[in-house]
Amino acid sequence: MGMIALQNDFCDWLRMGADDGAGADDAAARLGVSDARGLSVYQNNYRAQLLGCLEESYPQLLAWLGEDLFRAAAARHIDAQPPSSWTLDHYPAGFPEALRAQFPGDPEVAEIAELELRLADCFIAADTDLLELAMLGQVDWDLAQLRLAPSVSLLCLHTNAAALWSALANETAPPQCEYAAAPSHLVIWRQDYVSCFRPVDAPELALLDRLQHGLPFADICAALVERYGEDDGVAQAGALLAAWARDQMICLAAATLRLETCP
Amino acid sequence: MTSPATKFGLGLRKPHYADFVEGAVPVDFVEVISENFMVPGGRPRDILRRVRAHYPVAMHGVSMSLGSADGVRSEYLRALRALADEIAPLFISDHLCWTRIGGFNSHDLLPVPYTAGSLALVCDNIDRAQNALGRTMLIENPTSYVQFAHSEMSEWAFLSALCARTGCDLLLDVNNIHVSAVNHGFDARDYLAGIPFDRVRQIHLAGHTQGAELLIDTHDQPVADRVWLLLAAALERVSDVAVMIERDDNIPPLGDLLAELNTARAIAREGIAAWA
Repeated sequence: MGMIALQNDFCDWLRMGADDGAGADDAAARLGVSDARGLSVYQNNYRAQLLGCLEESYPQLLAWLGEDLFRAAAARHIDAQPPSSWTLDHYPAGFPEALRAQFPGDPEVAEIAELELRLADCFIAADTDLLELAMLGQVDWDLAQLRLAPSVSLLCLHTNAAALWSALANETAPPQCEYAAAPSHLVIWRQDYVSCFRPVDAPELALLDRLQHGLPFADICAALVERYGEDDGVAQAGALLAAWARDQMICLAAATLRLETCP
Repeated sequence: MTSPATKFGLGLRKPHYADFVEGAVPVDFVEVISENFMVPGGRPRDILRRVRAHYPVAMHGVSMSLGSADGVRSEYLRALRALADEIAPLFISDHLCWTRIGGFNSHDLLPVPYTAGSLALVCDNIDRAQNALGRTMLIENPTSYVQFAHSEMSEWAFLSALCARTGCDLLLDVNNIHVSAVNHGFDARDYLAGIPFDRVRQIHLAGHTQGAELLIDTHDQPVADRVWLLLAAALERVSDVAVMIERDDNIPPLGDLLAELNTARAIAREGIAAWA
């Protein structure tokens, strides 16, 4: 057997599921290995590693579902979606979608998972030069293009998954699960190396959505002036800008800092 | 006995991040699992930069898959190179094993048959990796739970040939030698006798667990007595080497690991009598 065939065959064995004894003997004979017991060690390691990865990535979902239900869902996912990336960090990404299919009548399950996934992604998102509160006075606002920091994402929810997650994370009794008639939104970001989230209202959501691709500050002002009138709109734009900068959510898309020159 | 160039280190693990960031842990170097820090940014990269400010860092990988029949992945090598360029590591190491084939990644260290064909394959992959990284790699002897009937040489002969053909160096894991020796019934002393110690740059110590039928390389226990004996035997053959303890689960207080590291220092200084 050539190396490619041997390695593919070995992987087929790993993915087979629980060892039934005879399966290990057959695989050992096919692969030409000395000891079927050793093959079972690799199979156990493979499944235990993936299960451990999912449990570590979704601690609040594990608490919400309980160990038995979580492990059954994880086992189905491991069977259906073997890992492909070089890093285990990527493996949890497919789980929320799998849960959506596995728990069609319990949408909060996938939404809790999606929130945990976003918090984890945000934790290791790329670093960038943030627009800090102290820099606001140095920016040429006629030219300034703002964009969201790489850690920022927006999440649409149809349940009170955020409240459930918070209660579980704080080890307090979670509220009753609720299904909303209209969706709500969260903004998720990283501040001082800690992942955070908070709800956003419709006007801020619209601006954050546009900021993902870069947006002149003048356009932000214009949008808020149109909605709230001249004075309130400009005040709202200033307040939002200050909040985003304080929370480390935005950066400058282009070099629009005013250069201080010597007299 | 031991050369003053012998270094002693520990693995950087989450429960001890704060201690290493402060820089007050009495070690000569730390070893990190490369993949844990091959992330775009955030806290992990910040921790690594701050630890690197105090200690030399050895980068130890688990995903290069040097035994893969379809080669090592460029995407992985680029990410590893980027991290190495940032932290200027003491060493870059990975295992004599394969973890992936085609589009499937097992995330486990799977065994290679020791044949002329697989030797050529692994050498090609090491050549490619060393070229991409611009550095000499250390290759670690794996723990294994099976042996292939069609293997044509011993593991130590295979490692020796890798060094000769690719110029790579070795990371000798004496716990892995013990685990494989027990599981496969060979004599660990024969293993050590076959290793080109002039190529050994680093030594791993770790603990293991007795499974239902085989010893399992769990890294969740203190270093076992038989492994200390192997360390003593190895240190009789090599100086100017970096010795470290891997502990990945059931992680004890840092003081416990430092006490174990002091045992390694004593063995290096005075031989096995110091430990006995």
